[in-house]
Amino acid sequence: MLVEEEKIKQQLVERFGLSGEKITVQRERRVWADVPAAEFGEIFDYAANKLGFVILATITGLDEGPTLGAIYHLARESGIILNLHISVQRDKPVIKTVSARFPVADAYERELVDLFGMQVEGLPPGNRYPLPDNWPAGQYPLRKDWKSDTIGKSEVTENA
Amino acid sequence: MPEREVKLTIGPQHPMLKEPESFLLTLRGEKITEMTVRLGYNHRGIEKACEQRTYIQDMYLVERVCGICSHSHSMCLAQTIEEIAGLQVPKRGLYIRTLVAELERIHSHLLWLGVAGHEIGFDTLLMYAWRDRELVMDILAIISGNRVNYGMNVIGGAKRDITPDQIPQILAAVDTLEERTKYYIHVGTEEITLRERLSGVGKLSKEDAIRLGAAGPTVRASGVDRDTRRDDPYGAYGELSFDVVTDNHCDVYGRTLVRLGELMQAYKLIRQILKNLPEGPIAIKAPRKIPAGQAIGRYEAPRGEDVHYVKANGTDKPERVKLRAPTLANVQAVAHMLKDGYLADTPIVIAAIDPCFSCTDRAIATTNLDNGRTDRMEWPALRTYGIDWYSKQGIDFAELNRKLRTMRESN
Repeated sequence: MLVEEEKIKQQLVERFGLSGEKITVQRERRVWADVPAAEFGEIFDYAANKLGFVILATITGLDEGPTLGAIYHLARESGIILNLHISVQRDKPVIKTVSARFPVADAYERELVDLFGMQVEGLPPGNRYPLPDNWPAGQYPLRKDWKSDTIGKSEVTENA
Repeated sequence: MPEREVKLTIGPQHPMLKEPESFLLTLRGEKITEMTVRLGYNHRGIEKACEQRTYIQDMYLVERVCGICSHSHSMCLAQTIEEIAGLQVPKRGLYIRTLVAELERIHSHLLWLGVAGHEIGFDTLLMYAWRDRELVMDILAIISGNRVNYGMNVIGGAKRDITPDQIPQILAAVDTLEERTKYYIHVGTEEITLRERLSGVGKLSKEDAIRLGAAGPTVRASGVDRDTRRDDPYGAYGELSFDVVTDNHCDVYGRTLVRLGELMQAYKLIRQILKNLPEGPIAIKAPRKIPAGQAIGRYEAPRGEDVHYVKANGTDKPERVKLRAPTLANVQAVAHMLKDGYLADTPIVIAAIDPCFSCTDRAIATTNLDNGRTDRMEWPALRTYGIDWYSKQGIDFAELNRKLRTMRESN
């Protein structure tokens, strides 16, 4: 039981010196890891290219109060999901794009930009998603302090 | 006229679009050189709405993410919440959920087959497929009371039981549907219309399908053996025997064969489920407040994988609900499929993953490739250009128009 899952945990601990407490094997096929934002790129590439996590199922944005979080849900063909969680400062929410490795991330990262106000470095130019072009600047609907009546109180600006 | 690059906008509102979305195609002659997509016109803020409602309300809300895969989304959410709460759904509940899941797949794939027929001008196939689809719609209505949005899932199990008198009705419908599907497979493999029209259209190689993260029948028709039902089993799939259908055509024809093959597997699964339906309760009572925790749920919906993430904070409302439907995973693949293809293939290529449209807008913007100048041709100018072009080929519309006028006047 959980041989493969424990092996993934071990590999992450050994290679990146992560604390074992930060990596949880929740059940069969479910591994969760909290990783430092600074090392995220390296860990992500290692998981995608060396550990066989060839599917990016999606990216979840989170409002954690003083920080904003992102969980990258990576999957193997065999069904194991590795959930890599990072946190960045709310006042400087900058992350790096993974769309070069996973083109499908384009839409997921634009969601982080529009709905959480994250800045994704290296994201190629393109249409915004999913909010309309005239959505007011600085309004991020999935942040906890944003309520659905907030929109009525601010002025809608064209092409914000 | 010098060779021009034409930019063609389709959507967000367009007579043949089933939902609002916008495509900007760059054409050189009949060939597409580039395509960009603009999505989000139908964004309803469901994730935010979920945070403001209780888990029980969210089950109803999420069922309405999609009009066709409604059971897919509600089952996916239910099993994600159950994992956080540590609820063991009774086996009979899992079997009933899985039964409805496969019935939904049949209804979705038959709907698709009809739409695909329609998009290539083979409307007989549309009429046949949608006539047969009524059989499965009737069964779903018998089981759940509804043709769509079945409301069969509750947190902790299934909402309605399968009664003994329903079983022969379901089996009889499955027998008929299986015969019909065999006929469609015969049509698909022997009849020249489908094969010739769909082969080589919307090419997506195995490598590109993996690289671009395509999902569902789209990825399986490019020879990738990937199906959440087998790879990350949920519901009753872990105890059932079925084959994952793949195909190596890597085009719309292959996507058609995969869906037809999956219909046959669905009949097989339904017979197994009804034969082995365990006795016992269909659900256990779930607490209103879900303990703090997080989980990710996966579900092989008819169009590809649904991915749901839920974070609970110990209250009766979730901290965060994230939903990913398969079309978002297939958008990059569609852009790739259309590139270097023909404009006339656009409707079927897009329909092959799901959203679909036809027709073109009546004003076009052109870019002169020699000097880069952009200008706009309105409908009258396009009409004049067309008439001139045909008259150079020796077809004179003036003569035809004169004849038509004479006929009308003599009547």
